[in-house]
Amino acid sequence: MKPPPFQYFCPDTLDEAVSLLARTQNAKVLAGGQSLIAMLNLRYVYPDALIDLNNLFDLAGIDIRPDRVRIGAMTRQHHIEQHGALFNVLPIFRVALRLVGHRQTRNRGTIGGSLCHLDPAAELPLVALLLDATIEATGPKGRRRIPATEFIAGFMTPGIGVEEIVTAIEVKPWQATHSFGFNEFARRHGDFAIASAAVQIERAPNGAIERVAIAIGGIGSVPQRFPVGEAMLMGSTGSRDIVDAVVDRCAELELVGDFHGSTDYRLSVARTMLRRSINDALAPTSGQVVSA
Amino acid sequence: MHDIELLVNGRSCRGNVEDRTTLADFLRHELRLTGTHVGCEHGVCGACTVLVDGVSVRSCLMLAVQTRGAIVETVEGLGGPDGSPLHPLQQAFRDAHGLQCGYCTPGMLMTIVELLRENARPSESEIREAISGNICRCTGYQSIVEAVLLAVGAPSIEKSAK
Repeated sequence: MKPPPFQYFCPDTLDEAVSLLARTQNAKVLAGGQSLIAMLNLRYVYPDALIDLNNLFDLAGIDIRPDRVRIGAMTRQHHIEQHGALFNVLPIFRVALRLVGHRQTRNRGTIGGSLCHLDPAAELPLVALLLDATIEATGPKGRRRIPATEFIAGFMTPGIGVEEIVTAIEVKPWQATHSFGFNEFARRHGDFAIASAAVQIERAPNGAIERVAIAIGGIGSVPQRFPVGEAMLMGSTGSRDIVDAVVDRCAELELVGDFHGSTDYRLSVARTMLRRSINDALAPTSGQVVSA
Repeated sequence: MHDIELLVNGRSCRGNVEDRTTLADFLRHELRLTGTHVGCEHGVCGACTVLVDGVSVRSCLMLAVQTRGAIVETVEGLGGPDGSPLHPLQQAFRDAHGLQCGYCTPGMLMTIVELLRENARPSESEIREAISGNICRCTGYQSIVEAVLLAVGAPSIEKSAK
């Protein structure tokens, strides 16, 4: 239960980090370390070098503008959770982050690390997918902006090159009146979810849903958008019949079973989580209230 | 190997550490501060929790070299010299039977120290949420929660339920 030998680098600039990554064989980028160091201790991974981003202070921070929210890749999960201005714009981040690990891991864990680790049940990639986030990666050829759908390339596989480092995530704010629901079931608070469902909606004054996003995590190899369900809710007022019909279409999502839960079980949990999240989003008082 | 200098429980410490040495192993093996316990070594059990620059971290998931220049607080820093007198939180754990085997206790204590610095009067549910990342296999948590309530002068769970 000790990490295998590796060489540790701690660059002071992003340029230096990018150049180190490009010229170092079999190197891994170290962000908060809350997954990578555990994997090293378990000897799941044997990198020859670690390139630590913890001295790149410019990569940490949250910048909120009317047309976009930018969160630096090295922003700690706890900082995002506690950020009042972000909560006012996109409260789903705080609700999702309360479910990410524990206080001790959120103090170190970063949003960039969570996105790159890309556990299929992780909350932050699910939120990134739900909000149509853009992920910024920096490599020897400069910066590149990657849509979340492209970034989520496969099971625990971020869509970046081996010489690229994720430097930020950007999302567009929704209307101030939007509402959302985020529900997951895990065996223990802070564990990865058996299934999770995130729903965000905007409604017209007459109650009709005029914008909706649904993302489901935990049940497949990657977090998944649910366009069929979104299309069904679009334009409706979210009547019970419609919600029932949407939930029934969950079976069309990709399902992967493992020793934590069979495909049938995960589907069943996903249906319940989705129903709760849709209902939370439809009744904003319960969907948006965040307990202290 | 890397030379590091850091402040541990208010004392300046130096070390020469391998790249792969975790903070937990540095504290235990180099500084001989064996109060920090190592349980799962992959960030699940919380036994190795210490404070780095004032915030709780799993010391098994941090490299010693990353604590260069940091302020580290461990369970040894809570009580007086030689551990006496006990820190009020430690005394409350003792009085309320907040420990049996004691393996999880250092991590529990450091986690709760962080909680109490932010919130001097946490509710039962806030206490439970704070220690949700710390596994105890003896107490069933009830007496740990009671110990924290005792430490902050709040009524015990049973009394407040009445």
